[in-house]
Amino acid sequence: MNTILEGFRGFARYLGGVMGADAYQKYLEHHAASGHQAPPMTEREFWRDRTDRQDTNPQGRCC
Amino acid sequence: MSSMPGGRARTTDEDLELTPDPSLPPTAVDEAVREAEESTWTPAKIAIWAAIALVGGVAWFMLAIIRGETVNAIWFVFASVCTYLIGYRFYSKVIERYITRPNDRRATPAEYKADGKDYVRTDRNVLFGHHFAAIAGAGPLVGPVIAAQMGYLPGTIWIIIGVVLAGAVQDYLVLFFSMRRGGRSLGQMAREELGVIGGTAALIATLLIMVIIVAILALVVVNALGESPWGVFSVGMTIPIALFMGVYLRFIRPGKVLEVSLIGFVLLMAAIIGGGLVADTEWGAAFFHLDKVTIAWGLIFYGFIAAILPVWLLLAPRDYLSTFMKIGVIVMLALAIIVVRPEITVPAFSEFASRENGPVFPGALFPFLFVTIACGALSGFHALISSGTTPKLIEKERQTRLIGYGGMLMESFVAIMALVAAISIDRGLYFAMNSPAALTGGTVETAATWVNSLGLAGVNLTPDLLSQTAANVGEESIVSRTGGAPTLAVGLAHIMQQFIGGTAMMAFWYHFAIMFEALFILTAVDAGTRVARFMLQDSIGNFVPKFKEHSWRPGAWLCTAVMVCAWGAVLLMGVTDPLGGINTLFPLFGIANQLLAAIALSVCLAIAARRASFKYLWIVALPLAFAAVVTITASFQKIFSPVPAVGYFANNAAFSKALADGKTEFGTAKTVAAMEAVVRNTMIQGWLSVIFVVLSIIVIITALIATSKAFRHERAGVAHKDHEDPAVPSRGYAPAGFIPTAAERELMAEWNKLPAELRLEKPAHH
Repeated sequence: MNTILEGFRGFARYLGGVMGADAYQKYLEHHAASGHQAPPMTEREFWRDRTDRQDTNPQGRCC
Repeated sequence: MSSMPGGRARTTDEDLELTPDPSLPPTAVDEAVREAEESTWTPAKIAIWAAIALVGGVAWFMLAIIRGETVNAIWFVFASVCTYLIGYRFYSKVIERYITRPNDRRATPAEYKADGKDYVRTDRNVLFGHHFAAIAGAGPLVGPVIAAQMGYLPGTIWIIIGVVLAGAVQDYLVLFFSMRRGGRSLGQMAREELGVIGGTAALIATLLIMVIIVAILALVVVNALGESPWGVFSVGMTIPIALFMGVYLRFIRPGKVLEVSLIGFVLLMAAIIGGGLVADTEWGAAFFHLDKVTIAWGLIFYGFIAAILPVWLLLAPRDYLSTFMKIGVIVMLALAIIVVRPEITVPAFSEFASRENGPVFPGALFPFLFVTIACGALSGFHALISSGTTPKLIEKERQTRLIGYGGMLMESFVAIMALVAAISIDRGLYFAMNSPAALTGGTVETAATWVNSLGLAGVNLTPDLLSQTAANVGEESIVSRTGGAPTLAVGLAHIMQQFIGGTAMMAFWYHFAIMFEALFILTAVDAGTRVARFMLQDSIGNFVPKFKEHSWRPGAWLCTAVMVCAWGAVLLMGVTDPLGGINTLFPLFGIANQLLAAIALSVCLAIAARRASFKYLWIVALPLAFAAVVTITASFQKIFSPVPAVGYFANNAAFSKALADGKTEFGTAKTVAAMEAVVRNTMIQGWLSVIFVVLSIIVIITALIATSKAFRHERAGVAHKDHEDPAVPSRGYAPAGFIPTAAERELMAEWNKLPAELRLEKPAHH
């Protein structure tokens, strides 16, 4: 049972990674590692900033 | 030629600049150890590869040589997967060794430009899925279906062999070269490598090609939704669902991407089921029964609004939904084909393989089959993705082979499955669905009579089968539902109902398929319009600087409107075309896509030449030559062919003459207005072909000049100027493939022993 649950969690983590759900986590890691003085953006700010930057920097999607 | 440096020589040059941090373990597997690992053939390894080769060989034999009554779909899976494995293991390694020469000691942009937002080191397996979701869309689901007119074998061979030698090569090279340039776009690389003329031609060609691609994708959606209340309702519901998801992510629970995608998925299923209920009611059937022209106008207005709305509201949430669906659908389709293993009765080569008057798309097998199947075999559009987001996320240089080459193999597999789904339905049904109404007459009786009159072996279509199938999938009619999407949906419903649910579920599966294809296409339309708008803004900005300010509303809206009008005009032309739309325009889509591939490969050729890989330049030159020959031949036939069905101008002349002679109907055009429409459409399509081919020839010639210049420099001993970012030593390690090798595992263990604070990257620019 535990292995099934673990497998399911692993799959959810993978899917989340593919869809970019872990972007904030990665940003925090980067922020901590690079020794910024300013506090990191909050989760809400981060996601706003992320989609707002896409407004001026669109990414193509393929046919 | 003794001055020509060998493959390894350059790597040593780089190594001089790359002084590794002595406190860290090695950032790459030792060259000699890796070489030894690769060239040692243990008995187990030999046995595995012999088995793969044997299974693949048998599968190809079953598909290509054995001429039985039927062939089982499982052979398509074996033939493709075994060929991909061999191509990946052997051919892509040749490219790696002699052309790209990745160096894991070098930091990737995700490391040296790390910003936690755009440049983020991403696990290779995750990035593989991410890249695949970005490159695969409706294209590989549509082209193979249309190409099935010629029988299954030509399409199968082109999809599988084409991807190994051309499509995956292009994706891999563009990804690698863009990564070495900090993730620069194809347009920027073209400008640097080919100079102003080549670069400008590439930019204009890219812009025009995007317009055509967006228009024809939109045409596929319109054809699938026309006169289909169920489809219109359920696809229409994706807009409020996406808006809800956008608001949820922005204001209610930011960042909960998986959660909102699950909610969106449940709502989407509800919309499909609800669509059936709504279409059954009288008001629903009346209200959502829209003709194609109305839907086309709706799509044009939608396209404009979607492209000026903020990304968070519509585009981003729908992108999540589309990615979620993409992975689910592909896994489901693969499972279903493996479990159900449908018997295929379509012949290897159909009657139309040796003719040029096929009803689904006109023209001879060479070159038109090779442009009809673009996505899945060789897709130039991928070059725009491979030189965009993905190179900024790569963790180690050696992973580009898995992500670039391997990702494209996956897309090819999707194309094969789409082909299998399309050919698993009755052949008579296939032609009744995919031939324009001008030929089938639009009713079940006329369609059956017409299909039977084609004299196709083993085809005896009854009006009953047509109306029964339509009833099963919950549509009023399936006659002349061109564009590929409905055929795939019928094929998928046919396979899936044997897997889950039986005939009662067919209508659900049909609309499920229509829904995800529409979802992929709407995402591509949105994103395509936005990208094209920015390209136009930047181009105008060279003359009117104000346009370069992307936040300047009037400029943004004006450029969006221009792009939407451009693709909207082509879309309306296709929808109202008396000749059928898809059959006249789809070749243009394929030609546009392959010309973009030729442009991308030209840029790769010039870059590879600058890196002095002359002896192995054929790896790039081969797909480039093929793409160039195919597309230029196809364009020339479209421009110069005297056969009206093939040549745009020949058709134009025929209809002009008929009008001049005072005829009131001609061929499939039954009114003077229709005849005038044909004259207008063929003229536009003809000139578009001319512009495309001229621009592409310019790009190819400038690339050849750049290549020969590099060759002369090499002989004269002049140093090559390259445009790569300076090499920075890497400070991390990750294995190259899905499964780490023994040496890679050893090195990973060494890194894992390192204290956490030493393992994290230290970006240089802060």
